[in-house]
Parts: sequence; C-alpha cells; structure tokens
Amino acid sequence: MSTETDAVKVEEKLYYNRYVVDAGRPHVKIRPHEVPSQALLALTKICPAGCYALNDKGQVEVTPDGCMECGTCRIVCADTHDIEWNYPRGGFGVLFKFG
Amino acid sequence: MVEQRFDAIVVGAGPSGNAAAYTLAKEGLNVLQLERGEYAGSKNVQGAILYSDALEKLIPNFREDAPLERHVIEQRLWMLDDASYTGMHYRSEEFNEEKPNRYTIIRAQFDKWFSQKVRDAGATVLYETTVKELIRNTSGKVIGVQTDREDGAVMADVVILAEGVNGLVGQRSGLRDELKPDTVALAVKEMHFLPRDVIESRFNLKGDEGVVIEAMGSVTLGMTGTAFLYTNEESISVGIGCLVSDFTEKREAPYELLERFKSHPAIAPLLAGSEVKEYAAHLIPEGGYNAIPSLFGDGWLMVGDAGHFVNAVHREGSNLAMTTGRVAAETVVRLHRMRKEMTKTNLAEYQERLEKTFVLKDMRKYRKIPAFLHGNKETLFGLYPRLLSKAAQTWFRVDGLDKKAKEKAIVSSFRQARTLRGMIGDAFKLARAWR
Repeated sequence: MSTETDAVKVEEKLYYNRYVVDAGRPHVKIRPHEVPSQALLALTKICPAGCYALNDKGQVEVTPDGCMECGTCRIVCADTHDIEWNYPRGGFGVLFKFG
Repeated sequence: MVEQRFDAIVVGAGPSGNAAAYTLAKEGLNVLQLERGEYAGSKNVQGAILYSDALEKLIPNFREDAPLERHVIEQRLWMLDDASYTGMHYRSEEFNEEKPNRYTIIRAQFDKWFSQKVRDAGATVLYETTVKELIRNTSGKVIGVQTDREDGAVMADVVILAEGVNGLVGQRSGLRDELKPDTVALAVKEMHFLPRDVIESRFNLKGDEGVVIEAMGSVTLGMTGTAFLYTNEESISVGIGCLVSDFTEKREAPYELLERFKSHPAIAPLLAGSEVKEYAAHLIPEGGYNAIPSLFGDGWLMVGDAGHFVNAVHREGSNLAMTTGRVAAETVVRLHRMRKEMTKTNLAEYQERLEKTFVLKDMRKYRKIPAFLHGNKETLFGLYPRLLSKAAQTWFRVDGLDKKAKEKAIVSSFRQARTLRGMIGDAFKLARAWR
C-alpha cells in the first residue's frame, strides 16, 4: 500500500466524524526542528487521524483539525518533548455521536 | 462560573465520574461535575460492553430507560491467520434471562443517559468546561480546580479525578506518572450500520439477542493486541487495538490494521453492505495492576481509566470504572457525614474498600499478564494462531494421507516452529502469570 492512498483513506474516515474546530488555536503544536526525531517520524505513520506529515524540507508538521484526542502522540513524544499537547477548549474538538 | 463552594468536584462524565457524582448527589452532597465535551459521552470511546452488575449497584432499575442495544447471548473467541480462523463459541439460552448480564451499548448515548440521572439526583453538571489544573492550599492539600472558563476557579472539600486514560490534570499535577507506551493500547473503531434484520440473520439472532467476537492472531502483525466485533441493534462496532509501543516500533498505521481486519475472510461477509458513520480512536490502559498509580491523597481521589482500572484479560473496564467511582464516592459520603477532613489518611479508606471488591482482587490476580503478553507477542499473536490454523487444515482436509501421518505432520509443524521445550516454557509462563 502506498502512503498516498493511505492518507486518502484516513481522511475519508475522518469525514464521518463531527468536529468543532477552534480556529487559530491548535491544541497540539510541534516544537520547531531541523531534523525530526524518531518519535516524530513514527507519528507520521501511527497517528490514527493522520494528523502528522512530512513537509518538503523533511520536517514533521501537524494539522490537528481531525484529531480524535486519543493522546498517542503525547505519550510517544513524552521523553523527546517534541510536542506541546493540550485539550481543546471546552466544547471544541471531536464530538463523537456514537463513541 | 458558579460562585459556590462544593462538598465535592468530579472531573469527567464517563462511567467512573458519573458513578461517583451520582452516588454523592443521591446521598445529598453538594456536587459539581465538570465535563469538557459538549455533552457527556462526546469525548468517550469504547467497544462497548456494559456489565449489568456494576450499574445495578447504582441504578437497580436501569433497564427501564437506559439506551441498551442487545443483550449478549453468544461469545466468540477467534484465532486468525491470513485465510482462516480457529474459534471457540459459547452460546447459551440461559443468557436470555429476565435481567441479562451483559449488553452492547453505544457510549455517547449511554453516557448521556447516565449524565441525566446524575443531574436528576441533584448534581450540578457543567459541560464544555475543561479543568486546567488543581488548586492547592499552602500545605499542598487539593482544595479546588481551575477551569478554562472566565473566573474559572471553583473550590471543594475533595476532588475526584475521573478524567480518563489521557487525563492531564492528574499527570500535570504530579499525582500520577506519565503513561508509558507499553502500558497503553491504541484502539481504533468504526460504526457500521445495517438493518436489524440483516444483523439478526447474519449472526443467527432473534429480537434483542447479541453476539460479541474477540479476535487475535496474524491480523495484528505480531503486535500485542486484539480485535473485536460487537453487534448493536442496527449497527456493528468493529475495532482493533495494539500497544502504543508496538505501533511505534513497527510503524504501522492503526487504520490500515483496521482495514486488514475488516477485509479478513472471516469478518468481511459480516460487514458487507454496511454504511460507516463514525471512526474513533482511543487509548486503553493495559498495564494492569503494576500500572495503578496512587489512588488518593490530601483532598483527592482517582477512579476509572485515570486509575488504570482495566482488566485486559477479560476485556472489562467500564464495570471497574463504575465500581471505583461508586466506592470513592461512598468513602467521601461517610467521611462527610462524620465531619472528618478529606485528608490522605482518612481517604485511604477508599483503597481499603476497593481491596474488598473484585476490582483490586482481579487486577492483582493478573498482575503478571501484561509483561507475559508483551514479552511473548510474536509467539502468542503470530506463531500459535498460524500453527493452530495449519493443524486444523491438516486435520480436516481429506486427501488420501493416512491419519497417523497427519498427526505426525501436525506435531512436527509445532516442534519445528517452537520446539517442545519452547512450548512447555510458554505454557508454564502463562500458567504462572495467570495465577
């Protein structure tokens, strides 16, 4: 399976979900870096919402709009301090209809 | 914000928080419950199975109006390889009892219902409110919480942290350690909708009967994990989860794993033609007894997933959550009535009470299982399911080979792959961890 088709697939999955995005206030941020750590690189593959991707310069970027707030990235990067993780403000973020 | 002082604050409106807030409010305490979602359940994800006993102890007549899906009459345990499954099914008419023992539920709906019960009992429940941190006095005792609302500080005699596995308040306040990648599983799940008569005919059900399938094997690609499929009234919950450390090491995408499970020849026909309406991800505390943090301190208690209360072997969680929530609240009620302070010494009664329940007894019984599963993942989740499938295939295929030769082939396939010594060792280690 190629990475491109996978990305499409997870986006389609997220499309089912309901989100209230807190525009301009991302709840997950990546610490600026030149070369990503192994932990950050792992996130480009294992984030269940596909929020993490490599940019042209080989750095990892995050787009937390589709985040399901599971906390996996926070735990994986706990030792490397690569990311700053907070919950969205009350009422924002993912809203599961079934859960 | 509410300008008031409360007897107790409960952080979170999942099963443990609702059980705690309900118990406190019913006993007449002045309770504030804070939930960051738009409604109770909007941030919660589970399979989900509801075990009656734990809820009955709180709300004996819950069956009258709780949103239940199907009562479980059949349990299937499947070992998968790429093309086959070897399974154990247990189905009993005795599960068609007047007060069924297990139900499938949809958590967002169930939690909403439970939350209404909490409000009916008299608790003040604030949604869309995220707790940022605990407020302590000069001697370090927890005396309230800071929320993300304007003037969002609110005070209470005791704070019950029911904030779930990914709870930041307890961790950032130093009440519990950061979760470790090898003590939590990441699970992803989809909701597949089908007409109820289709579900009933596919699973051989009538009325509100339900089936649950737990599966393990090659579908997790050698990672420590399991998959599941639960029948709801008009939908099927299908998911898979593995340890975060295994996902990280293998660099596998959870949604690809889910696609793989869904397309397995044993699963695909059960889902055929369904409409997907939600995709969810969640962490599950799987570290067992050894991962349970301190459960009480000056002015605080910890319950549910925040306290790592999941029995991974039996796939139980929400019943442990409700029981710990209830027992924590009962402890607070008793201290409150006796006008005793919510100090660490007095709140230790919570743990003493828990020791007498199934919760800590079960957690302790399986304390060695997480290490056993993690340490033997390739064998348990890869090799044995494959060997078992191969053995069954050899045994059932009639091909002119004599039966003695078939037996020999089966035995030698096991011995080649795992040596007799290795198999005895695995059995011995499992037995020891199980005790």
